[in-house]
Amino acid sequence: MSALMLSMIIGVLGAPLLGGLIVGADRIVTARLQGRIGPPLIQPFYDAVKLLSKERMVVNVWQGFCAYAYLMAALISVVLFFMQSDLLLIFFVQAVGATFLVVGALSSTSPFSQVGAHRELLQVLSYEPLIVLTIVGIYLETGSFRIEDVLSWDRPLLFRLPFLFVALGYALTIKLRKSPFDLSTSHHAHQELVKGVLTDYSGLNLALTEIAHWYEIVLLLGFCALFWATHWIGMVVLLLVAYFFEIIVDNATARMTWRWMIGYVWAMGLALAAVNLVWLAMG
Amino acid sequence: MKWFEQICMRFAARSRIKSPWLLHFDCGSCNGCDIELLACLTPVYDVERFGIINVGNPMHADILLVTGTVNPRNSKVLQNLYDQMPEPRTVVAVGSCGLSGGIFRDAYNVLGGIDQVIPVDVYVPGCPAKPEAIIDGVVRALEKKKARVPAEAGVAEA
Repeated sequence: MSALMLSMIIGVLGAPLLGGLIVGADRIVTARLQGRIGPPLIQPFYDAVKLLSKERMVVNVWQGFCAYAYLMAALISVVLFFMQSDLLLIFFVQAVGATFLVVGALSSTSPFSQVGAHRELLQVLSYEPLIVLTIVGIYLETGSFRIEDVLSWDRPLLFRLPFLFVALGYALTIKLRKSPFDLSTSHHAHQELVKGVLTDYSGLNLALTEIAHWYEIVLLLGFCALFWATHWIGMVVLLLVAYFFEIIVDNATARMTWRWMIGYVWAMGLALAAVNLVWLAMG
Repeated sequence: MKWFEQICMRFAARSRIKSPWLLHFDCGSCNGCDIELLACLTPVYDVERFGIINVGNPMHADILLVTGTVNPRNSKVLQNLYDQMPEPRTVVAVGSCGLSGGIFRDAYNVLGGIDQVIPVDVYVPGCPAKPEAIIDGVVRALEKKKARVPAEAGVAEA
C-alpha cells in the first residue's frame, strides 16, 4: 500500500517537475544548435507561474473546463503509469485528454483556434494507431498489457520491437509538437496560425495546458523507456538518444502540411509496425 | 507554512520579470524599426536568454511593442490589441514615429505618437531604434513592472 502511495506521489508531483526540466533542457540544446545561449533551465517554470498569476481572460466557460479536463486526464494517465497499470487503460485516458484540448479550442469562435483544433484532430488521427500498435506489439512479446509484467521481462524489448520503436518515434515527434509535425501549435515564434489550438487559451488556462503537456512528455518518454526496462542505464541512454534525435529532427526540418503528415506517418509508421508485428507473429 | 507561502510569492514575483512575452505591432512604420526589433531575436542578441518570446497573440503577451505612427484607422486596432492583453501589461513605444509621429507628424492623417491612443510606459528613441536600445527599453519596462508588482502580489506585507 505504501509503495502504491509513493508511486502516486511521484506521478503527481515528480512528473511535472521532470517534464518542465526536460522542456528547459530542450530549449537550451535547441538554442545551442542555433548558435545562441538560450534561456535558463527553469524557464518553463517561470513561464507557467507567470501565466498562473496573470489576469483571468476566459473566452467562454467551456474552455476553462476543457483545460482542467485535459490536465486531469494527463495527470491520471501518468499516475496510472507509475502505478504500473494497464497500458491500454493509460492510452485511452490520455486520448480523452487530447480530445478535451481540441474541444476547448473548438468552443471559441476564433478562426485560428478552429483551424488549429482541426489540425490537432488530424495529428491525433496520425499518432494514435501507432501507439495502439506499439502496445499490441508489447502484448505479443510479453503476453500482457500490464506494465509490471513488461518491467519484469528479462530481455530488452528493443531487440524484438525495433521497427515499432521507430514508429513510436513518429508519435513522439507529433506529441512533443516538433517539426515537421508541429501543425496545430508550436513552441517557437508565431506560425501561420498564431498559436493554433492554444490561441484562445490564455493566463491560467494556458498554464494548465502547459503543465498537462509536461505530464504527457513524461508519459510518452515512459512508453519509450519500456523498450529497455531491464537496466536503468540502458533506459536512460535510450531516452537521451531518442530525445536528442527529436531535437535534431526539430531543427533540421521545416513544418509540413497535414496531407503530407497523414500520408507519411500512416505509410511509414503503419508499414514499420506491420513488418514488426508479422515478424513477432512468425516467432 | 508561512515560509512556503513566502517562497511561492517570491517565485511568482520573479517569474513575472523573468518571462516577458512580447507582442509586436507595426502601426504603419517604414519597417526600419521592425527589422531592428526582429534582429533582437537573432543569435547576435538572443533575447530568449532573458525568457523573452515574440508571441503573435495579445492574450498571451505581457509587453506590447509598437512601432510607427498612429492614424484614425489603425488606432482602433491598437486599442483593440491593448484591450485584449491581460494585466499586468506594459507598453513600449519604439522609434521616432512611435514617440511623436516623427517626420510624418504634420501629415493630414497622422494623429501623432502611440501615447495619443494608449498609455505608454517606456519610450525608445531612434530612427530606426537600435536593437540595444530596444532591449534596454524592454528592461526598463520590466523595472517599472517590478516596482509595481510587490504591492499587487502581497510581497510587501510578507
